[in-house]
Amino acid sequence: MSKSHLTRRGLLKTSAIAGAGVAMPTIFTASSASAFTNEPTGGTVTLGFNVPQTGPYADEGADELRAYELAVEHLNGGGDGGMMNTFSSDALQGNGILGKKVEYVTGDTQTKSDAARASAKSMIEKDGAIMITGGSSSGVAVAVQALCQEAGVIFMSGLTHSNDTTGKDKRANGFRHFFNSYMSGAALAPVLEANYGSDRKAYHLTADYNWGYTTEEAIVSSTEAMGWETVNTVKTPLTQTDFSSYIAPVLQSGADVLVLNHYGGNMVNSLTNAVQFGLRDKMVNGKQFEIVVPLYSRLMARGAGENVKGIFGSTNWHWSLQDEGSKAFVKSFGEKYGFPPSQAAHTCYVQTLLYADAVERAGSFQPCAVVEALEDFEFDGLGNGPTLYRAEDHQCFKDVLVVKGKENPQSEFDLLEIVEKTPVDQVTYAPDHPQFAGGSLGTCNNGG
Amino acid sequence: MLGLNSKDFRLLLLVAALALLAPFILNPFPADSAMAQFNAGYPDLMQRFVIFGVFAIGFNILFGLTGYLSFGHAAFLGVGSYSAVWMFKLLSMNVIPAILLAVITAGLFALLIGYISLRRSGIYFAILTLAFAQMSYALAYSVLTPVTGGETGLQLALDDPRVLGAAQSAQGNIPVPGLFGLEMRDAAQLNLGDWVFTFSAGYYFSAVVMLIAFYLSIRIFRSPFGMMLRAVKSNQQRLNYTGLNARPYTLAAFVISGMYAGLAGGLMAAMDPLAGAERMFWTASGEVVLMAILGGVGTLIGPVLGAGLIKYMENIISKINADILHSWFAFLPDGLEDFIVSIMYPFIGKGWHLTLGIIFMAVVIFLPGGLVEGGQRIARLFRRRKSGEAAKDDDAKQSTVAE
Repeated sequence: MSKSHLTRRGLLKTSAIAGAGVAMPTIFTASSASAFTNEPTGGTVTLGFNVPQTGPYADEGADELRAYELAVEHLNGGGDGGMMNTFSSDALQGNGILGKKVEYVTGDTQTKSDAARASAKSMIEKDGAIMITGGSSSGVAVAVQALCQEAGVIFMSGLTHSNDTTGKDKRANGFRHFFNSYMSGAALAPVLEANYGSDRKAYHLTADYNWGYTTEEAIVSSTEAMGWETVNTVKTPLTQTDFSSYIAPVLQSGADVLVLNHYGGNMVNSLTNAVQFGLRDKMVNGKQFEIVVPLYSRLMARGAGENVKGIFGSTNWHWSLQDEGSKAFVKSFGEKYGFPPSQAAHTCYVQTLLYADAVERAGSFQPCAVVEALEDFEFDGLGNGPTLYRAEDHQCFKDVLVVKGKENPQSEFDLLEIVEKTPVDQVTYAPDHPQFAGGSLGTCNNGG
Repeated sequence: MLGLNSKDFRLLLLVAALALLAPFILNPFPADSAMAQFNAGYPDLMQRFVIFGVFAIGFNILFGLTGYLSFGHAAFLGVGSYSAVWMFKLLSMNVIPAILLAVITAGLFALLIGYISLRRSGIYFAILTLAFAQMSYALAYSVLTPVTGGETGLQLALDDPRVLGAAQSAQGNIPVPGLFGLEMRDAAQLNLGDWVFTFSAGYYFSAVVMLIAFYLSIRIFRSPFGMMLRAVKSNQQRLNYTGLNARPYTLAAFVISGMYAGLAGGLMAAMDPLAGAERMFWTASGEVVLMAILGGVGTLIGPVLGAGLIKYMENIISKINADILHSWFAFLPDGLEDFIVSIMYPFIGKGWHLTLGIIFMAVVIFLPGGLVEGGQRIARLFRRRKSGEAAKDDDAKQSTVAE
């Protein structure tokens, strides 16, 4: 059915159309004249809250969104001001940011890098967001951080624990307040040594993806440094829901500690399986068998229920902390929503305030000015004690909490108790530490 | 013209006009109005429209013509993306070599998988392709992490070699994909009164590629080769008894279709230089099946419409949150406002899948031929009104032409 009669007139017409089609885009290549991407010109400024609303981390995402709404309310002068009153910097006046009322748009990352980038892009291109924040997985954080670097907006990451976010994948426009795998290992090791001794044999079950690898590496290196032996490390698929087949070989291996490098639903299932197998009642090598969960969150503890009792782990922040900042935050969050905030909510709230404060101090929304204001910024009163935003990798350095599943919880939120506050010096590392090697910040990008 | 009959040529012109004027068509509402929520004319979404259009056009060559339902087409999209990003990392930030390599690797990969899977047909073929795609996904997610970047995805870095281009831009950042100096993310804005229109270089590049892909697909549909593929669909056994071996034809269709998917993957990477494993997940494969069915299987323009509808829902409906609903219905009395918002809430934001499901069911039940059939019915309604009963015969003849 194909026909081809090429005529001179036909060819001319076709090439004219084709030429017009090709020329079309080049007519409009002149870029708009603003100094940087999405410079706010009216009386408002738009922030983009990109959180998982569906998928495995939807619970965390919902809590993050609550924290963002609270932060916006406080920045605009509503509510009781929360941590703005205890924050060591008093640049924030409660009149928005630089006098502009704060507005926000929300998006769903679905905990997929592609979806998260699409959502962030639409915030930047369509809604004119000047800063993107949120996320509950390192894969998403790294992907969105790279996007923000290209587009020339600031990225304040939410819950991301992998070393790579401020290690090999760090970017000049990206900042992380949350702690990381290395810090978990460094904080946990002394507590584990004090409680379980220094001649233990550890068996690792690790979620088979980036965060799992860096966490396993961090825990292995810090426990081996104090004399533990690593018997075996086994990768488990992220989508696994039944871990019985992975738990059974643990006892035969001669190990007496099981480390679960799992997060979210994975950790709930693997811990439940391990406890059902009676691992914690066993005596191996003349010692009580123990389980360790490097990264803990209250939402996970709630999922695992009874099984978390007495199990050690680390966390970024916990609502039962008694400093002024934490108390103020828990109070205003509790009054608005009726329950205490999670660590994901805390880090997102703090990131929003830190961004707003940096803009106030810089006197401009320009990304490079904000980067400069945040680098080597020392602050206090936001729940973690004195904290430093290090210039070399844009990572916050602060005390890390080692927690334990509570034996006698008072309520469904009171599931973890703080065992120790590991001081910041113990978890600080050099910017070129092997676990963070490779990659570089590059230079800040204003876009425009 | 261009080897097409006048009807097909008019269709091509229509698609070309729609693609070139998309920034106007998709931005019907002023930027400051409440309806601006429904504007889709920003570069990222327009790029997605045409890229997934390419993907769906290619899928339709296999599914629409031969009737072989591949449930693993996203694997080729993913392979294309990974190849393109590797090209950006190793060679240069020019999009041409990246897209070429994407098409070639996806074609080779399709040849391998097609050679094995096409030994079976029907449901077994679908399951085989699904299995291969899930296998590729699992490999990319964990075992092949050094090649694919694993969960984080494959990204550009400042210390990539880029032998034919600069490793870093003048400002010390990672360079941006471009076409001989024209950066893909370059855009110009046109302000007409309250309206803001964005013209993005990346979008027009993708749109031109999509037009070429669409033109090729028309030629394939109208060629003797396309005829042979239709014969496979209508009765493969009869074809075998006439002494024809259908396998080379189906394999060729499978490879062409895989190359289209690779082209889409390469374009995706050119617009946004990142490739993630979830691009190969089975839901991504299912999505292109939905696109084809929603738009109209076996029609030329149907899959493009289906792709547009699904991407619109995913990006626009999913961003409406409860606050926005409240602001729409703020003029109503309080009780009524809350009532309406609570009724609509499950269908927006994270509930966009539900809305899509309802639309999909409605289309499959009432318009088995997809959106194209809906368009034809409306067109027929108008024509009938104009020329009365006389046109009826003519219409009946026209609707049998696959379009």
